[in-house]
Amino acid sequence: MSIWEKMFALDRRWVFLVLVVALLVSLKIPFRVSVPISNEARSIHDFVDHLKPGDVIHLAMDYDPAAMAELQPMMLAVLKQCFEKDIKIVMTALHQYGPALAAATIDTAIARHEARTGVRKKSGIDYAYLGYQPYAILIILGMGQNYRIPFPRDYYGVPLDSLPMMAHIQNFRDVKAVLNISSTNATDFWIAYGNGRYGVPLAIGVTGVMTPEYYPYLQTGQIFGILGGLKGAAEYETLVGTPGPAVDGMKGQIVAHAVIILFIIIGNIGYFAVRRGKSARAT
Amino acid sequence: MKRYLPILLVLLSGAFLVFQYFVPHETSEFVYEYALDWAPIIGIFAMTLGLVSLARVSWSRVRKREANWPYALVTLAGLASILVAGLWPGGGGLQAPVVAWEYSYLMLPLSSTMYALLAFFIASATYRAFRVRSVLATLLLLAAVIVMLRFFPLGPLTGPIGGMADWILYVPNLAAKRAILIGVGLGVVATAMKIVLGIERSYLGRD
Repeated sequence: MSIWEKMFALDRRWVFLVLVVALLVSLKIPFRVSVPISNEARSIHDFVDHLKPGDVIHLAMDYDPAAMAELQPMMLAVLKQCFEKDIKIVMTALHQYGPALAAATIDTAIARHEARTGVRKKSGIDYAYLGYQPYAILIILGMGQNYRIPFPRDYYGVPLDSLPMMAHIQNFRDVKAVLNISSTNATDFWIAYGNGRYGVPLAIGVTGVMTPEYYPYLQTGQIFGILGGLKGAAEYETLVGTPGPAVDGMKGQIVAHAVIILFIIIGNIGYFAVRRGKSARAT
Repeated sequence: MKRYLPILLVLLSGAFLVFQYFVPHETSEFVYEYALDWAPIIGIFAMTLGLVSLARVSWSRVRKREANWPYALVTLAGLASILVAGLWPGGGGLQAPVVAWEYSYLMLPLSSTMYALLAFFIASATYRAFRVRSVLATLLLLAAVIVMLRFFPLGPLTGPIGGMADWILYVPNLAAKRAILIGVGLGVVATAMKIVLGIERSYLGRD
């Protein structure tokens, strides 16, 4: 087998090995990647930035541990911005594997905010975490009527009516926007029912592979911003002024993309060489 | 009767929900909210059926020592441990230590690992699929490479590459996705109408 034929039909285990080595090296070598900010990310940041203290935003955290690497930094950056601006948060987790993760995420954000400012955000006053209920469509429709229909109690078992911040919050009319950070089709339901039926302004943060799906909704104005995958998370970390795991992760992402492009080139060189060899033999 | 009652219920519920959407009167809102209360309750019964079905199928595989039966055993063990720990009186429900431990030290790393493996399969698939075999394959390859390159700091080329990537996402990608979405939307409406009008009855089963 010639070298060209080997390049054409490379065992995929070599691809795996090169990718692992490249990723490990990229994470070890200290270098920084510049993160250009897209209009889609900036529009979400500016929207939150222009809210007044006391305004309410609904954070719908609809992802599971599988998508944590991409979406968790995004969520923490948004929570940081909201806490710093004293924006009140209603939070739900409509993925069956998400509620415990959402509780841990909000605890992390509270601890970081306390470490930075000395102020501890309190459940029921600064935020209300409602938890999980099955059948996302029905839950979104229910919350559009009244949060108390699907969530008579919050995640910690406290009746919603006894949470001070929920006293003036009935449904989506009382929140400024929904920011849906998701790895599931719950995003489609938020667009169709949250925005479509109840008209609540909506922005989304989704995994990299999901991102191109949602550009049509951005153009029609059904969503006012998209955070796409790790890059979206890195953009938001940069916008809120705390570059963290997403900005660091961009090193690995860039190196992985470079490796993929390299293999595409190798595969095509092999393909042309083999094809030329075949046509030469035929003549 | 066994066949016509469900069809009648679906017809009435479907017709009411369509009517309610366009007539947001106080009375219809009240019935709608009542229906929203009911829907999760019905859903929970469906979930229970799913649970029983999973347990039966898994147990049958273990009993008959079918192929990969140890995986079925792991499924049953996981199901039992979560159910017992979560439902134990005074155990703490979702916050029960066993549930939290299984979530943090089994569910979380296993899910993350499975998703992380995707990168390797994507790399391998792109190596094999992106070959300049035809005009269309070349276009696909170029689009993919340009969209990937927008993450790279390429000096003076960063702006033009970013602009090209944005054009790909906002023009051809958007047009194709929109066409698919409109097709899917029309399909959903047609299927929903067939179910509400009793033309599509496969949800009733074979009996």
